[in-house]
Amino acid sequence: MKGVRALALVAVLLSWAVVTYGNARLEVVNPVLLPTPTDVAKVFADSVRDGTLVRHILTSLVRVAEGFGIAAVLAVGLGLLAAMCGPLRLMLEPVIEFVRPIPPLAFLPMFLVWFGLGEASKVAFIAYTTFFPMFVGIAASVLRVDVMLLRAAASLGAQRVDLIRRVVLPAAFPGIIVALRVGFGLALFVIVGAEFMGADAGLGHLIMEGRTFFNPAQIVMGALVLGLLGSLVNALLVAAERRALRWRTAQSA
Amino acid sequence: MKIRVQGVARSFRVEGREAPALLPIDLDVAAREVICLLGPSGCGKSTLLNIVAGFLQPTAGRVLVDDAPVTGPGADRGVVFQEYVLFPWLTVQGNVEFGLVLKGLAAGERRDIARRYLELVGLGPHAEKYPVQLSGGMKQRVAIARALANSPSIILMDEPFGALDAQTREVLQEELSRIQRVEHKTILFVTHSIREAVYLADRVVVLTKAPGRIKDVFAIKLPEVRDRFATEFTRYESEITRVVKEEVAQVHQ
Ligand SMILES: Nc1ncnc2c1ncn2[C@@H]1O[C@H](COP(=O)(O)OP(=O)(O)O)[C@@H](O)[C@H]1O
Ligand SMILES: [Mg+2]
Repeated sequence: MKGVRALALVAVLLSWAVVTYGNARLEVVNPVLLPTPTDVAKVFADSVRDGTLVRHILTSLVRVAEGFGIAAVLAVGLGLLAAMCGPLRLMLEPVIEFVRPIPPLAFLPMFLVWFGLGEASKVAFIAYTTFFPMFVGIAASVLRVDVMLLRAAASLGAQRVDLIRRVVLPAAFPGIIVALRVGFGLALFVIVGAEFMGADAGLGHLIMEGRTFFNPAQIVMGALVLGLLGSLVNALLVAAERRALRWRTAQSA
Repeated sequence: MKIRVQGVARSFRVEGREAPALLPIDLDVAAREVICLLGPSGCGKSTLLNIVAGFLQPTAGRVLVDDAPVTGPGADRGVVFQEYVLFPWLTVQGNVEFGLVLKGLAAGERRDIARRYLELVGLGPHAEKYPVQLSGGMKQRVAIARALANSPSIILMDEPFGALDAQTREVLQEELSRIQRVEHKTILFVTHSIREAVYLADRVVVLTKAPGRIKDVFAIKLPEVRDRFATEFTRYESEITRVVKEEVAQVHQ
């Protein structure tokens, strides 16, 4: 399996190289439009050397972390509350069903109007975008907690707070982790859009700059860095999830 | 009296009308007594047990434990379920310590108590395993240790051995009988095995077909350590079988 995956990646990179180097030699289209791996590596090396890449990455990551962090705390709190309080759930359901299908980017200009061009608008936009799917996922996983586990705990003396802390949270944990992972992925996804509009730093800004100064190699480099960051973060989250959920996969000794 | 069941009845709303599940039951259980509840399936055995456990409210009557009315589940009444209901994210040891954590016992003390009860059910070497790694019989031993470690004076068991194979079932009956000779709990035990009831009970309470009420009560005057092949034992067995069969036959009419 590993071999097949690696092979597929190599094939993609190889096709990119063949097409772009081929074009550079034959000049079918202007070679600037189809940056080769060498072009991209050069832009990458330059921006690493002068420190701009690190600055852009950090700027984007801080925005993602803040927006996602705010949304995660709210989603866990409200998700628990909604799952455990029937009337609240009944009230929230239609609202969520109404808001959810609106593509988040549709509201981006609204956030710029409300929060201006600074950090607040990006952070708020990411929080807004990631909140709904996380909230829905978390509430659903809390609702799925087996009532028998609650009975077992209650007859061992668990009070309301114990039930939430020692039964509901750990039982819903796998679902909560998945929801958080989805939310984080989404945050990385939409930060680019947020930074396209009125930002002076961040990976989205870096990409937009590539357009403004007609530097396609920089666009490709920014996209690749985003992809790498995304897979890195996902791999970290999956590893953390594995560790936390050892009890599910423990093998008979 | 340890437990007084006074006129306890319960009905459920089914398709818009109240359907009785349990007709008024009166039953006094002395401290250290083992009562087995027998009856055709659907006659309300679990309903009665769940009312004593505090998981369900009766529609009439009340349950007194040590002269205080039952209002909800509590650590004074340990429960053992047919489906084990262990906390899958906790180790065997963690499961047995659950109630002790709630009581605020120090880690060392919890460990000692848990180890003692795990030894008692023969699971000493498996303390660090997770529930997924255990067989059904082992899981039920953990559930019994978990209930006992919390030192309730009452243990409620709803067909605890119903999901186990015949051999494991008999072994666990013997273990429960041995443990009871040391622990002296007051036990309410639901089963549909007449043999199991005669093996374990001081009194066997036979319920009628649904909606259940008490049809007959048999005091089992056999030695503490019972022999399933003794003539006295088989006489109780056939006597109770006859009474139970009358009810089961009516169910199938
Ligand atoms: N939550 C419920 N809602 C509606 N009917 C129920 C509910 N729980 C039990 N019943 C009904 O009550 C009757 C007794 O059920 P139960 O106590 O589980 O029987 P037993 O344990 O003796 O097999 C059955 O007819 C069952 O369908
Ligand atoms: Mg039942």
